Amino acid sequence: MKLITAVVKPFKLDDVRTALSEVGVQGMTVTEVKGFGRQKGHTELYRGAEYVVDFLPKVKLELAVDDDMVDSAVEAITKAAQTGKIGDGKIFITALEEVIRIRTGETGSEAV
Amino acid sequence: MDSQIFQLQYAIDTFYFLMCGALVMWMAAGFSMLEAGLVRSKNTTEILTKNVALYAIACIMYLMTGYAIMYDGNWMLSGIEVFSLDGMLADSAENGFDGDSVYSAASDFFFQVVFVATAMSIVSGAVAERMKLWSFLAFAVVLTGFIYPLEGSWTWGGKEVFGLYNLGDLGFSDFAGSGIVHMAGAAAALAGVLLLGARKGKYGPNGQVYAIPGANLPLATLGTFILWMGWFGFNGGSVLKLGDAASAHSVAMVFLNTNAAAAGGAIAALITARLLFGKADLTMLLNGALAGLVAITAEPSTPTALQATLFGMFAGILVVFSIITLDKMKIDDPVGAISVHGVVGLLGLLLVPLTNDNSTLSGQLIGALTIFLWVFIASFAVWYLLKLVTGIRVSDDEEQEGVDLAECGMEAYPEFMSK
Repeated sequence: MKLITAVVKPFKLDDVRTALSEVGVQGMTVTEVKGFGRQKGHTELYRGAEYVVDFLPKVKLELAVDDDMVDSAVEAITKAAQTGKIGDGKIFITALEEVIRIRTGETGSEAV
Repeated sequence: MDSQIFQLQYAIDTFYFLMCGALVMWMAAGFSMLEAGLVRSKNTTEILTKNVALYAIACIMYLMTGYAIMYDGNWMLSGIEVFSLDGMLADSAENGFDGDSVYSAASDFFFQVVFVATAMSIVSGAVAERMKLWSFLAFAVVLTGFIYPLEGSWTWGGKEVFGLYNLGDLGFSDFAGSGIVHMAGAAAALAGVLLLGARKGKYGPNGQVYAIPGANLPLATLGTFILWMGWFGFNGGSVLKLGDAASAHSVAMVFLNTNAAAAGGAIAALITARLLFGKADLTMLLNGALAGLVAITAEPSTPTALQATLFGMFAGILVVFSIITLDKMKIDDPVGAISVHGVVGLLGLLLVPLTNDNSTLSGQLIGALTIFLWVFIASFAVWYLLKLVTGIRVSDDEEQEGVDLAECGMEAYPEFMSK
């Protein structure tokens, strides 16, 4: 099992969710987050004075999937979230030791 | 027959005064929304508290002392409740249909009192986000009960300035108060800001000017539209009469010119901001519309529609440069009140002789100087006294945390986290 953590542009969230559903992902957790990457935020203007917005709003998705789903999920996220412009976000994949469904007590792949 | 027509005229002029007064009262809502929109969310409850409280203080102080100082009324307006039909008809017959209007004295008070509140509202925006609530309200008592009424008595009250000279005789004319109301409010604000200092983080040590963006631009926009609407009462009501054809036409011209100047100011400020900054700055557009309104207030009845539009545009350009210049001088005015009402108020006064032959440039200059010096010096003294006795600025910690929690104990948006 793997935990896929994806940080994407907020307005791409609906597309990503749809694409993931289509490849069979059954659940995810979404958080509104802020951050910066290589472009280091951007500058805005207010009454003639510039100011730097260091942290840009992004959406973070977390989903637990079986090993055989990882590639299709990553492909779905990448395709749906890509604009080709700077700031499209990143995907992190980490090993997942255990998953437990609280209602039934199921564990492992059955709980994903 | 004459009696019935005079009664009708009295009724129309009184009604007109009251409706215009109600429109000007609504400007208090405009100032509240504009200021609430241009401060940070952590300072919203407090600026709203100031705006409502200052309005109420202005009403009570003008009732107690202000009107008496400005127009020789009685303490607490005693006697204003008396109405005599015979006396009213005699006054009307003496004035005739084309003379000065005859209206209820109570309606005159109501129309005048909302102007005092407007002058004080100007101050709250400029000192926002860092001034102590109760020191501000103490100042409001003095400005609305004494400083403004005395200055108003020299102009609209027709009295001599400390018994020395009469502004009306010198050719000073200020139709609805570019100087008497707006520049006066800005002068009081400037005195406060100079003693108060800038908000933390507004200016860097090497002359940098940092932006402190307002929390809610939709509210600021709503506030500007409310002010724009209220201004029809402010200028339109200052014709003082509607009940004959010539006055009705004059009122219509005032509405037309007031609107044209606001539109001109808005567009000119928008284009100026676009050329200077490369972007269309909404807050400058809002200030530009208000600048157009302030500029035309000194004389909205004599310019042609084209002149009114051009005056407004001139004001809209000036206000953008004024805001930038004040920032360079480290005079921190979160809403641009000193530029909009002060700098442009002066412009409005100086434009009057172009279209009104009864005023002179020298009269306008002397009048502007008289008003500014009196209000600035008196205000400075009061602010200074308050600074010594109670302090006028919140502590650094309170400023950091936001004056909402420090002064009012409640947030404006408790369900949203703020930084």
